Amino acid sequence: MKQAKQKTSAAAAPIMDAEAIRRALQRIAHEIIERNPRLTHVVLAGIPSRGVEIAQRIAAFIHAVEKINIETGVIDVAMHRDDVGTRSELPIVRESKLPLPLEERTLIVVDDVLYTGRTVRAAMDAISSFGRPARIQLAVLIDRGHRELPIRPDYVGKNLPTSGGEKVQVQLQETDHEPDAVWLEKQ
Amino acid sequence: MRSGWRNNERIRYLMTTSWTRKDLLGLRELSADEINFILQTADAFKQVGDREIKKVPSLRGKTLVNFFVEPSTRTRTSFELAALRLSADVINISATTSSLTKGETLKDTARNLEALRADILVLRHSSAGAPQFLANRLKASVINAGDGAHEHPTQALLDLYTIRQKRGNVTGLRVAIVGDILFSRVARSNIFGLLKLGARVTLVGPSTLVPREFEKLGVEISHKIEDALPQADVVNLLRIQHERQRREYFPGIGEYIRLFGLTKERAKLLKPDCLIMHPGPINRGVEIDSEVADGVHSVILDQVTNGLAVRMAVLYLCGGIAA
Repeated sequence: MKQAKQKTSAAAAPIMDAEAIRRALQRIAHEIIERNPRLTHVVLAGIPSRGVEIAQRIAAFIHAVEKINIETGVIDVAMHRDDVGTRSELPIVRESKLPLPLEERTLIVVDDVLYTGRTVRAAMDAISSFGRPARIQLAVLIDRGHRELPIRPDYVGKNLPTSGGEKVQVQLQETDHEPDAVWLEKQ
Repeated sequence: MRSGWRNNERIRYLMTTSWTRKDLLGLRELSADEINFILQTADAFKQVGDREIKKVPSLRGKTLVNFFVEPSTRTRTSFELAALRLSADVINISATTSSLTKGETLKDTARNLEALRADILVLRHSSAGAPQFLANRLKASVINAGDGAHEHPTQALLDLYTIRQKRGNVTGLRVAIVGDILFSRVARSNIFGLLKLGARVTLVGPSTLVPREFEKLGVEISHKIEDALPQADVVNLLRIQHERQRREYFPGIGEYIRLFGLTKERAKLLKPDCLIMHPGPINRGVEIDSEVADGVHSVILDQVTNGLAVRMAVLYLCGGIAA
């Protein structure tokens, strides 16, 4: 999920196109509006790099409906991961940017693919070092299953049953310089 | 990205270089990309200092040994605080408290530290090459915190970070390094780093302390500070190292101040946006006047703050690599 984009191989099956992604994020925006009566207290915090872009898009959809500028942020998880020292290549650390203070706010963590849940755990760990939000929710474009931690998403663009050997590739125009699409790569 | 993402921020965001070294021994062997990668990583760690909880779990369970055979307060405490903010466990050993005074060799001391399962060794040593010697023999990461007159890479990195922070970029700037170049590991590391990132470097000082041989590195040399100051974008003042100056490199402190001290009169020659840097500890009234050290050009305290972020980045990168 987090690797640099590779050429999608012949074994890759298209799962979503640009229109499907647009509709999924628009639906998530509507669900966020329904579930959060105090929208001005909501912050969309993306996990780099595609989560940040997805958060921006959801914020734009919410603005189109409610005319409210939802605050967005970046929550970097690299320095909060539990596998540092076990990888030959380190995750790149980036600056986190969250509107402060977090108290009273509802922080919605946004990522492209939810898999083991470890990234989300690291994100929650990072958030707690900034303060104590009133609540944390989770929005993902794809939930591919195989959780290793007791974590569930509040907003899902698409549930995608996968096997462990498969790889989900999300590409977005802004981060990958390719048209929006989701692919499922068989091993 | 939409809403307020500046373009350079976007580019920085998409960087893909990575880090593969277990040790940081000097800037001479690093590429410009590697140096920039450390500085970019430091950006992320600098932000940790602004959080309510100024601590991340990156090096949880790792043990860092601060092994300072030469005295140092600021570098040692900076490394110690950096390690604590990364959740590492830290022990400090200084020359007087170690068995070096009982005749144990450096290698034996280090092997004992490794037997204690130290993961990162931060070494300050009076002999050039001591960190390299240990890095070749130990599984632990070795970080050079200053070895003789050789290199002091984290000091140069924090100087580069501060220049980049204040001026946006290092490329194309003119940097004057003034003072005791001959004995200075800070000067050496700075020269390597600045040249790699595309700065123009002028070394300023008496010919005894700034010999012509340095020109081979690709720097300019000036023996007259008044010539160098008006062109400089950055002036990095080095401390006169009494402890390494046995004799006769210059006639006396009074003479040095008269010829090379950054007095408030000379400070009038500086460009309005020129940065004054100093690795500390400063000798007020010797290499720099008090008014200048505390004046508008001075970024000396920013250097200290930035040093923490840079050292966190270095410890994270070297210590986080799988053994």
